[in-house]
Amino acid sequence: MAFNHKHLLGIQSLSAQDIRTILDTAESLSEISSREVKKVPILRGKTIINLFYEASTRTRSSFELAAKRLSADISNFSKATSAVVKGETLKDTILNLEAMNIDAIIMRHASSGSPHFVSSFCSSHVINAGDGTHEHPTQALLDALTIQQEKQTFKDLKVVIVGDILHSRVARSDLYLLKKLGAKVVLVGPPSLVPPAFKKYGAQIDYNFDRAIEDADVVMMLRIQLERQKRIYFPSLSEYHELFSLTPQRFSRAKHDAIIMHPGPINRDVEISTDMADSAKSVILKQVENGIAVRMAVLYLLLGGKEREITD
Amino acid sequence: MKLLIKNGRVIDPASGTDKTLDILIDRKKIAAVGSKINDKTAKVVDAAGKVVAPGFIDMHVHLREPGYEHKETIATGTLAAAAGGFTSVACMPNTSPINDNPGVTHSILTEAKRSARVNVLPIAAITRESAGEELTEMVNQAKAGAVAFSDDGRPLTNNQLMRRAMEYSQMLETTIIDHCETPDLSAGGVMHEGDYSYQFGLKGIPSSSEEVMVARDIILAESTGVGIHLAHLSTRGSVELVRRAKAKKIPVTAEVTPHHLLLDDSLLEHYDTNLKMKPPLRDKKDVQSLRKAAKEGVIDVIATDHAPHTPDEKEVEFDQAPFGIIGLETCVSLILDRLVREGILPLSRFIEMISSAPARILNLTDKGKIQPGADADLTLLDLNREVIVDVFAFRSHSRNSPFHGWKLKGAPEMTIVGGKIVYHC
Repeated sequence: MAFNHKHLLGIQSLSAQDIRTILDTAESLSEISSREVKKVPILRGKTIINLFYEASTRTRSSFELAAKRLSADISNFSKATSAVVKGETLKDTILNLEAMNIDAIIMRHASSGSPHFVSSFCSSHVINAGDGTHEHPTQALLDALTIQQEKQTFKDLKVVIVGDILHSRVARSDLYLLKKLGAKVVLVGPPSLVPPAFKKYGAQIDYNFDRAIEDADVVMMLRIQLERQKRIYFPSLSEYHELFSLTPQRFSRAKHDAIIMHPGPINRDVEISTDMADSAKSVILKQVENGIAVRMAVLYLLLGGKEREITD
Repeated sequence: MKLLIKNGRVIDPASGTDKTLDILIDRKKIAAVGSKINDKTAKVVDAAGKVVAPGFIDMHVHLREPGYEHKETIATGTLAAAAGGFTSVACMPNTSPINDNPGVTHSILTEAKRSARVNVLPIAAITRESAGEELTEMVNQAKAGAVAFSDDGRPLTNNQLMRRAMEYSQMLETTIIDHCETPDLSAGGVMHEGDYSYQFGLKGIPSSSEEVMVARDIILAESTGVGIHLAHLSTRGSVELVRRAKAKKIPVTAEVTPHHLLLDDSLLEHYDTNLKMKPPLRDKKDVQSLRKAAKEGVIDVIATDHAPHTPDEKEVEFDQAPFGIIGLETCVSLILDRLVREGILPLSRFIEMISSAPARILNLTDKGKIQPGADADLTLLDLNREVIVDVFAFRSHSRNSPFHGWKLKGAPEMTIVGGKIVYHC
């Protein structure tokens, strides 16, 4: 299982084989989290910085726990309690952290491309934990692991992604990944939030959710970002809700064994009704669980440990 | 003090000349142009094998002084201009303070007299503080030495005010230059809106942001009968609008930058902030359209939009970096190598676009031509000299150029301003 990358900046730079390598590694590492003692010494002695310039619950704790379960030392950095508030630039922040002899930087930042910028001058591994409206590769990987567990294959699966595609890094990473693995992806939302440019990357586009959801295997809902809209992209939440929220009635048009996904955090009864979010068809918490395994796999594959057995 | 330039290939678009000639300069003026001129009292410059052109005029630069001397000064900017083959630069008013009153124009010209290597031609603001609300004293500005008016960088969206500025400027021999951008369409944007902006997750600046204003300016030029110059056009839609306007004899002129002629939005995949400017790099079809428009004369002028920023300012997250790149020291070699040598733009057309055309648009009656009585501003070119762009060797105080490392053939050989050699490679 060769994985020849120094950084994980996005899905676009990965091959289908790279993705399968990560998913296979995640499958074999996932068992660790169900042990009584949830720790193996694979990354003992490695130092990782969890650099979060944006708020996060899931991704940040998930990376932290993944690192700890592999015995790495991980230090959390958040913008609010750092020298960033004193005006330190991103470049200076990274150079200072690197002076402490770290091995990897996990980075979440509101500016698209900031992990690429950081990787251009730093010597540590850089892992993109979400950059602006660009990519969120580990989210796509955990989505893929979840779909694989539920559906066994990606070939010809119909995946419908619904919501604010324009501003979604999750939608981009999922689209790139699912196309690489052979799935069919339909992007759904109002035209102001679903740019036709995504056809170039293999997506189909439909502005009619009722039509798009027919025969879907996977329905992935995205959070509608209330703070972002200001009524420029659509006139009201109630109109949005009417057209694009996932209700039991709509979901009945999908395949009988279809699953419901959401990267979180969810706005209950905005893009997804509460009974749908909590239904037996929902794998939303399974996604969260898989996040740890996928991030353990990414850390393992990037930070070496290649000479060790996973079961060490 | 006399200077005799012998045996150069003289290309003077204003008179359609392209032949081997001698040029005699007496003090600040061209005294004679002809074959086999002899003058024992003159210092001789052997220009055999070189092109001798009217001094190049960059009608769109930011010298940053006063106020932003950490980015550039009149001294360093004009040193860069001289090394880039330019004999005159027109500097935009977005300094600090903004050049919206005769005092600032006067202080720029005073500093230029002290430290500038080339002619400095101030462009004053159209509105006070370029805030788009009240006109500046255009007549007094012109008396102080402003050659043109522009709210470059802070687009004048108030249509009524633009119309009145155009009308009022008829008392003057000056030009109004518009940076065509519709702020509500470009708000938050950092690159061209298109397939790549969606892929890179960067907020786009749509072509329509420029084209809406180009259309507005053309309509105002037609209704007022007053000419307007459109800065740094970047889209094929703008080119079409200008093409149609010119066919209808509407008094509109336009410029394009070297970077919009050579680079496109696909290059932004590494989030290099030295590829971030306004207007943004557009797509490949736009580049083709701009090249064709330059060749055909739909676009009149090549200007650099030289916009210095320090490395500290540029080495940040892409969306937080300032807009703009520098161009004075790369323009001539880039165009000579990538457009002239490739047969895309004839040499004489390039020289026209960068000398006689800007001279005509800025009403510089003694510049942009090689004839007795004209200002002795000349640019000599060596079409065979090979250079490698090295931002660390720039005379400019900044080095925010995306062309570092480019190998180019053809370069400025000598720059003569007012009869004085200000640069010799």
